[in-house]
Amino acid sequence: MRLLDFLRKEQHLTGTKEGCGEGECGACAILFDGVIAHSCLIPLANAADHDIVTIEGFSKTKRFEVIAQAFVEAGAVQCGFCTPGMIIATESLLRKNPHPTVHEIKEALSGNLCRCTGYQMIVQAVQIACEKGAGLWP
Amino acid sequence: MRDISTSIPRVDAWEKASGQAKYVSDYVYPGMLYAKTFRSSIASGKILARRYPRLPEGYAIIDYRDIPGKNVVKVIMEDMPIFAETNVTYRGEPILLVVGPDKEKILEIMASIQIDYQETPAIFEWTNSINHKHFSKGDGWKPSIEAARVIEYTYKTPLQEQAYLEPQGFVGTYDAGKISVIGSIQCPYYVKNALLFALGLPSDKIQVIQAAVGGAFGGKEEFPSLMACQLAVALLKVKKPIKLVYEREEDILVTTKRHPATIKMQAAIDDNDHISSLKVHIGIDAGATTGLSGVVLMRAMIAATGAYTIDHLDVSGDVYWTNQVPNGAFRGFGAPQMMFAIEMFMEHIAQDLKQDPFQFRLRYLAKMGDRTSTNGSFRDPILLSEMIEQAMKISDYHTKAARFHSLKCHGIGWSVFLHGCGFTGSGEALTIKARIRLEKDNQDQVTIRVAAVDMGQGIRTTLRKLVSQILEIPLSQVDFDLPDTDLVPDSGPTVASRTMMIVGGLVAKAAEKMKANWLSGKAIAYEEQYVQPPEIHWDEDKMQGDAYPAYSWGVNIVEVQVDPVTYEVTLMGIWSVYDCGKDIDRLIVTGQADGGIAQGVGYGYLEVMDTYNGSIRQHNLTDYIIPSAADMPSMWTQWVDNPYAYGPYGAKGVGELTLVGGAPAVAKAIEMAIQHKITQIPVTPERIREWMKSG
Repeated sequence: MRLLDFLRKEQHLTGTKEGCGEGECGACAILFDGVIAHSCLIPLANAADHDIVTIEGFSKTKRFEVIAQAFVEAGAVQCGFCTPGMIIATESLLRKNPHPTVHEIKEALSGNLCRCTGYQMIVQAVQIACEKGAGLWP
Repeated sequence: MRDISTSIPRVDAWEKASGQAKYVSDYVYPGMLYAKTFRSSIASGKILARRYPRLPEGYAIIDYRDIPGKNVVKVIMEDMPIFAETNVTYRGEPILLVVGPDKEKILEIMASIQIDYQETPAIFEWTNSINHKHFSKGDGWKPSIEAARVIEYTYKTPLQEQAYLEPQGFVGTYDAGKISVIGSIQCPYYVKNALLFALGLPSDKIQVIQAAVGGAFGGKEEFPSLMACQLAVALLKVKKPIKLVYEREEDILVTTKRHPATIKMQAAIDDNDHISSLKVHIGIDAGATTGLSGVVLMRAMIAATGAYTIDHLDVSGDVYWTNQVPNGAFRGFGAPQMMFAIEMFMEHIAQDLKQDPFQFRLRYLAKMGDRTSTNGSFRDPILLSEMIEQAMKISDYHTKAARFHSLKCHGIGWSVFLHGCGFTGSGEALTIKARIRLEKDNQDQVTIRVAAVDMGQGIRTTLRKLVSQILEIPLSQVDFDLPDTDLVPDSGPTVASRTMMIVGGLVAKAAEKMKANWLSGKAIAYEEQYVQPPEIHWDEDKMQGDAYPAYSWGVNIVEVQVDPVTYEVTLMGIWSVYDCGKDIDRLIVTGQADGGIAQGVGYGYLEVMDTYNGSIRQHNLTDYIIPSAADMPSMWTQWVDNPYAYGPYGAKGVGELTLVGGAPAVAKAIEMAIQHKITQIPVTPERIREWMKSG
């Protein structure tokens, strides 16, 4: 069983999406020990003893609130299927690099596909989150 | 009152961001079964025998013999079976469903099903035309009369996959003779009508509900009707909840895509180097069913002169039937193919005549009062000149173009285009006949009842905003739930850039009436039905008259660099100016613009989809490459106000407009960078390499 199936079917945590099943689209992104990972590529056994955070867990944090508010403000949410994964990618980036350049943001998001936005508003959302959440990511 | 364009937060953004929004695959019912489709392994042949295994308890096989009504998915032509009976016509055609509680077991059963085929020769060449159309304007094609020369090019465009992030799916339930399906769909009533036809049940026994839709782009226009029919037949048989959701590979291999096209363009040039007449032929590949191909062909043909006026025209087109996976609706609906061809052709004519392409193209721009390609009329103001000027200015086009002409591997290109808003021809008035209802309860809470689907384009936000602004009440006092055919009238499908202009127009009309008769504490409802503006006339057979009630316009400019070693294309910047009448929310339409041009340029230089012996060669998003964040440059988008009399606050269509100019703009930029005429997209490094080597 994949970690993705465990989350969705056993735990009913359906905020983690399946878009491609091959680790290409990022809709299934979760935080694996604080770093973005594709839950469709992780056998459940490999998740044992690791810290797994899904969008449901992350959405209870202050950081989520800042990132999500930035997504709303920038217009970064359209169909929304990629959005939880994009937010996970943003958190993973800002933990490592709280002041990324546009180029670094694009690199960090390039493992998450979006077909609606052309990415510009998502990149802007990450910039807004950095600004408004200054201090949240030391 | 504040400007309707002033942005408000999208109403569904938080539930989507936090993972709470429910998409089809997120629905679960007690005792729910799964379904998987067994498909043809050959492109063309007869089914001689079916050998089904003995099924374990709780499992079922559903095939054509289980269909109570007609074995046809009702679209336009009745030529798509729900399940193959005696023949198969493409690789991947559905033959049956296996239904049961365990997915692994279902796969085991699938593996032991045996179909004996007698293969027949498959047709992959474009030889079998199933739909030929023709129209002309002025004196038609007249090269012999006054032409000094004829310039001719043939343009080719590929398959394009919608690549919505959420694969297609439905979940359905059976309760006391009633079938309810929840789907990732654009058109609740297309699905409902298809189910009525297939099941032969009374209307109140079929309910279609929209789930949150993870992108659609036309891909969820007609295809979902096929899936829903299959699922509903299974529901009738097993009478338990069933989920039918595709994985990405299945979705890519069998769902409808953008029609590949070959477009031959000829221009008769007179002694003054002026285009005296134009002859255009477009062929598109329908695949193994007709589907919407005839209507796609019409939109493509009508777009033959793009944003230009040419007085004498001869336009023809053919839909070819092949043993390929059927093609269908995709944002733009035939227009992107034709817009690529006409935009490249105008440039190539100018080059061949040794004229400045920029000035040459300006000379033919459509103006208010001109006759359209089908002898209709451009009744409303056309602001192209100022839009082009604006786009040139913000992109610094002229300085860059001058510099890049002597600088290898740098290029900048521009496209100018239009998009007819709403259904082509008489579709809106004769076929769809949109109906809407606006209700107010005795608490003064207002509810919008329409079948329009929010698939990411933001209609849940913009329709509520529209009504709240007209009624001058807070947004929270206006409800608009996901459509449910038990509750909403048929306001038509969510397609053709029609929702805000047509459905929104009707909703606005009802809101005006409600406002005029507002009585606090009193429940009331207003219904509206679409009426064609009286000045619009269309002859469907001759393809003459006003093909659309209104047109949106756009200009795209794309700058590129081509790597001289790897031939890879890097996008450096995109600048756009659009006229969609009046935008109902600036952030939302700009989001449409960003996403539309990403799909448009992707179509032009990046997205490769092809077939071999009837099989699509790309299987997943690992080998069907769409733009990623790293591929997209900065985008600057501006909007000009040009209100349309019949649109709410002047709104026209916007969704498709933003895609149609992308491919020619990026192709022209690459043309400048590599100094080679481009007649085929996508412009991949492999093709650039060939051209640069051949000189």
